Amino acid sequence: MYRSHKQIKNPQNEAKIFAGRIFSSVVIIAIAISIIFSRFFYLQIIQHKVLLSNSEKNRIKTTSLPPARGFIYDRNGKLLVDNLPTYRLQVIPEKVDSLKKQLSAIQLFIKINDDDITDILNKEKNNRPFKPIIIKAKLTEKELSAFIARKHAFIGFDAQPYLIRHYKYTDILAHVVGYVGRINDEDTKRLDKKRYSGTEYTGKRGLEKFHEKTLHGQPGSLIVETNAKGRVLNAIEQNLPVSGQDITLTIDIDLQKVAYDALGDLTGSVIAINPKNGEILAMISKPGFDPNDFVNGISQLKYSRLINSDEKPLFNRSIKGGYEPGSTIKPYMALAGLYNNVIDLNFSMFSKGYFQLKKQDRKYHDWKKGGHGRVNIKQSLTQSVNTFYYSLALNLGIDRIHDFLSQFRFGELSNIELLGEMRGLLPSREWKKANKGTIWFPGETVITGIGQGFLVSTPIQLATSLSILANKGKYIKPHLIKKEAVIAQNLALDILPEYWDIVHDGMIGVVHDIKGTARSIKSADYLIAGKSGTSQVYGKKEEDVYNKNIQTPKHLRNHALFIAFAPADDPEIAVVVVAEHGASGSRTAAPIAGKVIEKYMHDIYQAPGVALTKVKK
Amino acid sequence: MAYISHFHHNKRHYVDWWLLILIVILMCYGLIVLYSAGGWILVKKQIIRLALGMIVMLFLAQLKPEKLAGITPWLYFATVLLLVAVLVFGYESKGARRWLKIGIRFQPSELAKLTIPLVLAWFYRYRILPPDFKSIIISFILLLLPAYLIYKQPDLGTSILVVVSGVFVLFLAGLSWKYIIGGIVVATSVIAPLMWNFFLKDYQKRRVLTFLNPESDSLGSSWNIIQSKIAIGSGGLFGKGWQNGSQTQLDFLPEHSTDFILSVLSEEFGLMGVILLLLIYMAIIFRGLYIASQAKDTFNRLFTGALTLTFFVYLIINAGMISGLLPVVGVPLPLVSYGGTSIITLMASFGMIMSVYNHRKLLKS
Repeated sequence: MYRSHKQIKNPQNEAKIFAGRIFSSVVIIAIAISIIFSRFFYLQIIQHKVLLSNSEKNRIKTTSLPPARGFIYDRNGKLLVDNLPTYRLQVIPEKVDSLKKQLSAIQLFIKINDDDITDILNKEKNNRPFKPIIIKAKLTEKELSAFIARKHAFIGFDAQPYLIRHYKYTDILAHVVGYVGRINDEDTKRLDKKRYSGTEYTGKRGLEKFHEKTLHGQPGSLIVETNAKGRVLNAIEQNLPVSGQDITLTIDIDLQKVAYDALGDLTGSVIAINPKNGEILAMISKPGFDPNDFVNGISQLKYSRLINSDEKPLFNRSIKGGYEPGSTIKPYMALAGLYNNVIDLNFSMFSKGYFQLKKQDRKYHDWKKGGHGRVNIKQSLTQSVNTFYYSLALNLGIDRIHDFLSQFRFGELSNIELLGEMRGLLPSREWKKANKGTIWFPGETVITGIGQGFLVSTPIQLATSLSILANKGKYIKPHLIKKEAVIAQNLALDILPEYWDIVHDGMIGVVHDIKGTARSIKSADYLIAGKSGTSQVYGKKEEDVYNKNIQTPKHLRNHALFIAFAPADDPEIAVVVVAEHGASGSRTAAPIAGKVIEKYMHDIYQAPGVALTKVKK
Repeated sequence: MAYISHFHHNKRHYVDWWLLILIVILMCYGLIVLYSAGGWILVKKQIIRLALGMIVMLFLAQLKPEKLAGITPWLYFATVLLLVAVLVFGYESKGARRWLKIGIRFQPSELAKLTIPLVLAWFYRYRILPPDFKSIIISFILLLLPAYLIYKQPDLGTSILVVVSGVFVLFLAGLSWKYIIGGIVVATSVIAPLMWNFFLKDYQKRRVLTFLNPESDSLGSSWNIIQSKIAIGSGGLFGKGWQNGSQTQLDFLPEHSTDFILSVLSEEFGLMGVILLLLIYMAIIFRGLYIASQAKDTFNRLFTGALTLTFFVYLIINAGMISGLLPVVGVPLPLVSYGGTSIITLMASFGMIMSVYNHRKLLKS
């Protein structure tokens, strides 16, 4: 193996070279160790705080404990909405051998859709194995007891108690309270992540949505130690959640019920308000729906039935329905005439059955063929004399009408505590120019005098105006939630007391005069001031104005309106009724208002000492 | 065969007490950390391996260096044959062929870690030093053949370690600084693009690493390093205390019994624990280098020095890797990380180092 070399091996020299290389090695080692040491020094001393907090973040996880949602009561403390303890069936996938097999076994005694099964099996694939999957959100008592009896055969399955929102009153109250539903992607974007991290439901409609902040409450937290896989090892600290605040409505649920029933088979809206404080006593939009259906997700079938129904049960007519005020505008027009000195208290005119603009053929009719004869202001209201108001409106002109009515908040939002309110429309010259592109014609002023043409009001708007009228010029914002104090605002207009009185008298006549249009609802115990109205559904020909034939197909019949307040001399309740396709304000809508007022005056309202029998004639 | 001792007929046992005591201290320290990281079951298994390593070390310590030199060429041929056999008949696991099943599972690349320094030391033992160009070429052929076979398994980590251990022999043999600097320049120009990749996005970096070293858990490497750095840094100066490292105990730290055991130590014993560990390693390495410097024969000097430096490289790569200075290549912390054939290999190399020291005086006379 060894072969000779030209050079001779020099052991001394080699030892010297080797010693040099050992020395170099020591230097290199020293440098390398210094680098390593510096690195650890950097991480363990300089970066220590940051990395320590990182390690704590790894280890410590905070779970949110959702607060219980606040209850909703009516004005008398009757429970309307609460949270019911319910059981849901859930499973921890890692504890089950074959989830599919077990699910089909469970289906024998608990109803689960096949779609849900597919959904559950997908979750099993995608979720962490120790995270519970909900099998069914709401077990019936039968299903619960069936499950408990067989629990031993279903290891990993559990009936977990939780709170579900429960609406005691369904169709009657649905449009007022609305409902909660499961938080979806859109809600997630909108809601505060921290406050909602443990919450499953949020208000989706009605007061539930408007008062979400109050009702929701403050979540608590559970601080736990978890391992790398996210499994909870032990609890470190617990802060209990603060339940949401209860809210008390101004609604009287008994009156609400009477109002709902009074509408009978008709669709429409009824609003009862206390004009003295703006408290809404009843607010109906018929038909309603069952808010409980929405809590855990409504079935597709039920939802499409609601959506596709001609009666639009999800549409809140009280705040979104736009109607012509019709003759219910007349008391305001009379006031406008007096205020602007277009007429005086003694004014009267002759009704010959129709009204014509100069140099025009078109006839604007009275509802009574041949007219009403000579009528004063009071009679014009009591008998609802159209020609009186055609002429009055023309003399006022659209500008003064607009300015006056806007003081009564026509064309303004009521700002009630519900979302999606419609503004309605109080037309003006400027509005017409901007929206129709044409000038305002006198004929349009004429029909505005009887609440037709471009005028559009929502029931809540009519209720707001009516309470200002009943209050003789005091405006209080209508509201649904009980308040300690309300702010009353006087109208900017200086309307003489005699003006209010004559208009009130005219409205009392509507109910109490022998020629009154709504004599049928007269009560011996108290005075009612009212006014009927008709909201046109179908553009009728002139000849048809007299044709109040109820035989017209229902969907073509006019909407029947009635506004009323009582006791007329010191109003405690003001009622607006819109009975869709009710045809006649005085015959259909007035009795509905009468029932509501009667319920209020007899069962709810306690007169302060004075008997109500003093009927002023 | 010039040096044949006729002197030690007596059955004396040769042990370097310094090295033995230091290694036992290191092992005990390692077992304490392992207990925290993996529990009693792993400690028991590790003790069995360490004991086996101890037996191998003490056995090789008795072997005369001349006998080792005598069998070195055959050992080399055997290693190359076994490496070829691995590629052909090897036992495959996780996409890599590294083991032969000859009764027990056996990893020829571990053998190569010993035979490469041995064969190069043997090659230079009678040659004029410093090595000339021709012998450098021959050494590289001897070196790169097994290294390539290991790379093909594929096992980049071991392949690099094998090359490094061979290069150490050349370095200690007095390889001209000209060649060394030239070699570093060439190596850097090859490694530079790789380093450059670390400045790229994480996924690109990981792809490159996966390409070079498919068996390493490259996809998880980014997460691993982040968690390892958190473990080290959160330990601070004195650590969180034994068995109190949340990163370790709650499984945030990956591979905490094997490659990342130094992170466990750093988390639970802090910088102080790290300093203690580095001191023990330094003591072992300097003892190894001292023994190399005391050896009176080129073969002994070269392989002793090279094996010691290789041991040091293990430490640097592992510590650099877990602290985020170097890419994750799967090199264990020598004698501390749980498992692996590497314990036996390392203990065998210490056995050979001891034998050089024990037999130094006999050679003189």
